Amino acid sequence: MAISDLTRRGSLQIIDVAKILRNGSLYVAEARIRNLLQWKWSIVGEAVANPMFYLLSIGIGIGKIVNSHQSVGVDGVKYLTFLAPALLAATCIQGAVGEATHPVLEGFKWQKGFFAMNATPITGKQIANGVLLAAMTRVTFGCVVYFSALYLFGAVHGLHSLWLIPLTLFAANSFAVLMMGICAAIKNDDLFLNMVQRFLIMPLFLFSGTFYSLSSMPKFLQIIGWASPLWHATEVGRWISYGHHISHGALLFHFSYMAIMTIVGFKVAHHHFVKRLAK
Amino acid sequence: MKTSDAVLIAESLKGRFAEGTYSRRARAVLEHRRIAFKQGHWIVVASGFVEPILYLFSFGYGVGKLVGKIQVTPGHWVTYAQFIAPALLATSAMNGAIYDSTWNVYFRLKYDGTYKAMLATSLGPLDVALGEIGWALFRGLIYATGFTAIVMPLGIIKGWYGLLAIPAAVIIAFAFASIGMLYTTYAKSFAQMDWVNVVMLPLFLFSGSLYPLSIYPDWLRYVIEALPLYHGIQIVRCLSLGIIQWSLLLHVAYFVVMIVVGLTFTTKRMRALFMR
Amino acid sequence: MSTIGPAAGGKEPLIIARGLRKEYGDFTAVDGIDFQVNRGDSFGFLGPNGAGKSTTMRIIAATLTRSGGDITILGKDPEVRGPEIRAHLGVVPQQDNLDNSLTVEDNLYVYGRYFGLSKKFIHGKIEELLAFAQLEEKRGVKVEALSGGMKRRLTIARALVSEPEILMLDEPTTGLDPQARHILWDRLFRLKEQGVTLLITTHYMDEAEQLCDRLMVMDKGRIMAEDSPANLIKTYSTKEVLEVRFGSDRNAQFADQLRSMCDRIEVLPDRVLMYSDDCETLLHNVVSKGMQPTTSLVRRSSLEDVFLRLTGRSLVE
Ligand SMILES: Nc1ncnc2c1ncn2[C@@H]1O[C@H](COP(=O)(O)OP(=O)(O)OP(=O)(O)O)[C@@H](O)[C@H]1O
Ligand SMILES: [Mg+2]
Repeated sequence: MAISDLTRRGSLQIIDVAKILRNGSLYVAEARIRNLLQWKWSIVGEAVANPMFYLLSIGIGIGKIVNSHQSVGVDGVKYLTFLAPALLAATCIQGAVGEATHPVLEGFKWQKGFFAMNATPITGKQIANGVLLAAMTRVTFGCVVYFSALYLFGAVHGLHSLWLIPLTLFAANSFAVLMMGICAAIKNDDLFLNMVQRFLIMPLFLFSGTFYSLSSMPKFLQIIGWASPLWHATEVGRWISYGHHISHGALLFHFSYMAIMTIVGFKVAHHHFVKRLAK
Repeated sequence: MKTSDAVLIAESLKGRFAEGTYSRRARAVLEHRRIAFKQGHWIVVASGFVEPILYLFSFGYGVGKLVGKIQVTPGHWVTYAQFIAPALLATSAMNGAIYDSTWNVYFRLKYDGTYKAMLATSLGPLDVALGEIGWALFRGLIYATGFTAIVMPLGIIKGWYGLLAIPAAVIIAFAFASIGMLYTTYAKSFAQMDWVNVVMLPLFLFSGSLYPLSIYPDWLRYVIEALPLYHGIQIVRCLSLGIIQWSLLLHVAYFVVMIVVGLTFTTKRMRALFMR
Repeated sequence: MSTIGPAAGGKEPLIIARGLRKEYGDFTAVDGIDFQVNRGDSFGFLGPNGAGKSTTMRIIAATLTRSGGDITILGKDPEVRGPEIRAHLGVVPQQDNLDNSLTVEDNLYVYGRYFGLSKKFIHGKIEELLAFAQLEEKRGVKVEALSGGMKRRLTIARALVSEPEILMLDEPTTGLDPQARHILWDRLFRLKEQGVTLLITTHYMDEAEQLCDRLMVMDKGRIMAEDSPANLIKTYSTKEVLEVRFGSDRNAQFADQLRSMCDRIEVLPDRVLMYSDDCETLLHNVVSKGMQPTTSLVRRSSLEDVFLRLTGRSLVE
């Protein structure tokens, strides 16, 4: 069957531009997810193994020593309960950042796949949104698995703790989209990702009041926590999970911080995706 | 026609040790690493010790407040920071070595065609393996020195024995790099490479880095004691806490075995991959 | 099936460029060029490396923003209505940008999805395209396991998934074996017969002569000439060419003497080209002047001679 044996209708007949302008992001996400599905067993394995490792090692291992040393627990609860919302948020934020930045390197630099997409009606904005959507789909899966593990380990209780899931995803999305935008803006981006991992993600993970309350840190280190979406998610998460004390004003602040990060993130990402594609 | 220098050099190696496998020019491979090393990347290497330092501050200080002192040998109590610092050093030696010998090597193996080009010259597979691993060691050395330089003045690592932690870290890096490279030469896909990360995390978390193994049930302790990072942590911890005992040699022996096995089979494998 | 012949009826302009410029920093890659491509044309860009061909192609493809001048594609400004323009283009970039981690079939599928085509349509199309690219047996194979030429064929097939009105091929046959090249030429010719507009860059003069009814020769971001292949040869070269070799050292030595004997000469490292409408006589004269070439050849002028004249650069340099 050669190409000329078929009636050629031509793109003017078969393509609906308005539809692409509407749904382009979904097509991009579909392609990304198709790509990810090749690794589905690794993804499932990681989603299950990661919480197990941390919960067993830090939650239970260190927890055993902590609980024997602190008669009233930490923040009034068992160490594992204290840790749970923070571990959930930390894992999902890291996962989202990785999944939102790695394809940016690949798409702009290694394989140039974004340029292939952009040769079709798909726009830079749609590519950014699609990649993020696929990343968040994966993270949502990981988040649900992690939450289930927390539940099985008795680290969270009750139906209300389900609110941890949307909260965590919101926080993860806010940071991921910002990092994605910055990644698109940077030229020497593999170096950049290394630096981000080392000087941003790691410190945020370690100094956001994840393993102990932020207030027990010296003031100058607390600043890291304030800037970190992880700390904001952790504070709200602890409030949801076991009623950690938090004022209304603080609650509003935490949410506003993450919301602003999201909005700025989208602006930056859209701008730089479009710009870099047209270079 | 005049015989070229390259041929003369190759001829002169005839009949020597490991002819065809090793032409005593691992240095050329190291040099390639140095030249290919992107300008800005020194900062990645130089700052490699930042991660364990951050861990040390975060856990040593914050978690330390929650857990109090730790008993290492009967009657010998140390602060939590003193307890985890050696483990962090050993782990970062492992991480650096593994990263260099797996992901980086994988790219050169599969995509860049670097080794194909190298082995098409008079370099042998052992030159390539040694060169790559040498590079990993160099990084290990920088990490360990940087870490020690920051931690020693804080009194977390004590005494002159503590300085021995640096060569110890290099041995650990050597062993992990040898095995890491061996694994990489067998890996067929990214998915298989991902297993490296999957293994590293629990190795760190469970090998007695963050709390003494005494909290484990016996059977689990035996499992952990069979794993390499446990030995790495033990060496560095004993040296930096001034606990000098014969068992240190046992740990070193463990690593020597890793190195020999890793190098031997990596060489074989490189030969099979490129010189069929 | 209605077939629109090449440039049938009143010529409908699809691409119009006026004073088109592109600068990268302070380097000018495209330096104010004018051209027009009509529906059904097959339009070729020729020029040495770095002439600005790919840059021009990418501006037309609405993926690179111009620095100055005007351009419309299908009557639209690419800066404002990029997606609408790209919906009707099929693009084969100079460098393959396939998704290496997906299979051959999935590459076609996801690309079709970017055009919002239905799954059913794409699946039908995939069969057709695999046949076109002769990759039926490789359909389930990951792209990273394809040979260079196979990747190239897949990239070309991919560009056809949306049945584009305008097909843009940047050095399409680089890396293809002779058979694959001829098959591609045949397919492109049929697409042209069906009314598809072709834009092609190439370094192969035979390809340009086979496929293009109009050629634009570029150098250093400027247009050196634009016409049909036959007219270009007529305008910029003589009927015949005499190629003589005297051995590497002596070619230059005889140059002055040879120059005076004909319209024009080109001294290449390995031979001297002499342009004249009657080369048999010319050769006779050369020999009678006591210059005995080691080899000599009389041939008809080709596009290569035009290229050489216009860009001052040989293809075999
Ligand atoms: N992104 C870029 N940044 C800076 N300069 C560029 C960029 N892309 C192309 N150039 C320069 O613009 C000029 C034209 O490049 P272009 O790719 O259009 O050439 P070309 O005619 O397609 O050549 P070739 O035959 O080698 O493909 C070259 O000098 C090139 O170095
Ligand atoms: Mg080009």
